Amino acid sequence: MEKIVLPDIENFHNLDVYLANGGYTAVKKAYAQTTDDIIDQVKKSGLRGRGGAAFSTGLKWSFMPKSTDKPKYLCINGDESEPGSFKDRQIFEFNPHQLIEGILITCYAIQAKSAYLYIRGEYHKWVNLMQKALDDAYERGFVGEKMKETFGHNFTCEIYIHKGAGAYICGEESSLMNSIEGKRGYPRVKPPFPAQNGLWGNPTTINNVETITNIPPIINKGWEWFSAIGEPKHPGTILFGVSGHVNKPGVYELPSGTLLTDIINIHAGGVPGGKKIKCVIPGGSSMPPLRGENLEGVKMDADSLRAAGSAIGTGGIMVMAEDTDIVRVLSRLSKFYHHESCGQCTPCREGTGWMVKLLDRIVDGNASKKDVDLLLNVACNIEGNTICALGEAAAWPVKFTIQRFREEFEKYTADTASIDMPNKVHSMRKTVNPVAKVEV
Amino acid sequence: MPFTFTEENINKINTVVKKYPYKNAAVMPVLYIAQEQNGWISIEVMQEVARTLEMPEEDVLGVATFYTMYHKKPAGRHHVQVCTNVSCMLRGGFDVYKAVKDKLQITHGGVTGDGKYSLEEVECMGSCGTAPMIAVNEDFYENLTPAQALSIIDSLK
Repeated sequence: MEKIVLPDIENFHNLDVYLANGGYTAVKKAYAQTTDDIIDQVKKSGLRGRGGAAFSTGLKWSFMPKSTDKPKYLCINGDESEPGSFKDRQIFEFNPHQLIEGILITCYAIQAKSAYLYIRGEYHKWVNLMQKALDDAYERGFVGEKMKETFGHNFTCEIYIHKGAGAYICGEESSLMNSIEGKRGYPRVKPPFPAQNGLWGNPTTINNVETITNIPPIINKGWEWFSAIGEPKHPGTILFGVSGHVNKPGVYELPSGTLLTDIINIHAGGVPGGKKIKCVIPGGSSMPPLRGENLEGVKMDADSLRAAGSAIGTGGIMVMAEDTDIVRVLSRLSKFYHHESCGQCTPCREGTGWMVKLLDRIVDGNASKKDVDLLLNVACNIEGNTICALGEAAAWPVKFTIQRFREEFEKYTADTASIDMPNKVHSMRKTVNPVAKVEV
Repeated sequence: MPFTFTEENINKINTVVKKYPYKNAAVMPVLYIAQEQNGWISIEVMQEVARTLEMPEEDVLGVATFYTMYHKKPAGRHHVQVCTNVSCMLRGGFDVYKAVKDKLQITHGGVTGDGKYSLEEVECMGSCGTAPMIAVNEDFYENLTPAQALSIIDSLK
């Protein structure tokens, strides 16, 4: 199987090796065409964003206004903070120049003069690796003013790396722009969309690192070639990061539409000790979990996963064996979302905190069966009531875990709560308001 | 303690500011430079950053408090970060965290008496495929058993 994003070539991160394998030829090819042609090819290739929403990349580019005096920007999202997602890090380490080349082509297609590559702060080492690659590219005249001589075209652009500082929310596109602007990473209300009003109020396109890395091969080998790989409606290869209870965790580049069971059992070596699978989260922690017995025939592409009751997300597959305590997993995940909620919208800021409290109560064995419904109720009241998708990201795991693994909660809950209530009113509403134990 | 940037760091700041069309956008990288020099971001550091970038002090405070990687109180020389998020948890992240906690005798956010170590229970670090992991300052150590994590901590000078 041909690999597009992470080819098996030794030292591919090295500029000379990259050049020897046809590196930076796609830019030249692209610059000889009109911007409309490039956008058209990317549209026809069927490339869909790899950051979670699986939106058509070419279509996104076409939203950029053609006639405007304002500067245009490209942001590349390498924040990658979703638990279970660790694919972009491989690109920074093993294939940085294809990413840079993709940025150069994208900048040309949308006529952006500046590109900001946002990398999460924890990735110090990968920021340095990427900076090294970028410095090399600048030195050889592939980026910046010298591009004119190198590519024989009067288009130039600059690429900057912006290092995050530990906020999951900055993976949300409008929050990412605020972070680049040097502000708190608060998501913005949409509309206006970034293509109209993005970075510093200018037209901006935001793409995922993996998406951009797919661009040079599409230009070089043609959209027909790309659209024939994998599932027709979501073509190309996808980087699947497999983690949790598997023998060989890691990132596997496979055609879209590969069977989930094949990825787990063949590529990732199956579950240790031959145990059964209890639960799989197929697209990073925010996506609805699937029950182990419902995995047969599930294909890994956006539409098939939606039909199976989940979503492709970032392709981070978390596998949990039969002896995993799902309630504790959910409790840990809820703490994550509570920690990462930016605090702008009340339903998310307060709701994530309530979910943590309720799950703590359940794990501590103090909850009644009604508390599980209350938890579900809180989750449903976050969903759809927030500015950004972190609300859904926090609510979905809770909502779908309760729906699909209700029996797991039965083990922890009794018919009535065991907590003493301080007065009669509270004792009549035993399932609400966790109150500290009162000495009688 | 009043804080001023070293000459070397002022040069670094002058370079980094050029990456952005507006000076105040450089607040995040400049805070990193300040943290490298001072070890943590005190109020005086924030004031100096605000002065340097010609922006309101409260905006610097807002940014510094929003992002978890800026230390708002002194950290140990070795800032030990243990991930306990789901992928690490499934592969023993909590065992590693407990071993480290027991060894250093501090919990989340604590600093040892000699100022050598500080501990943080962190969210996903992107090492899910090589879990469990700890990070010490900027370095990742992956695929660990609790014993290996402890020997790494022992080896720190």
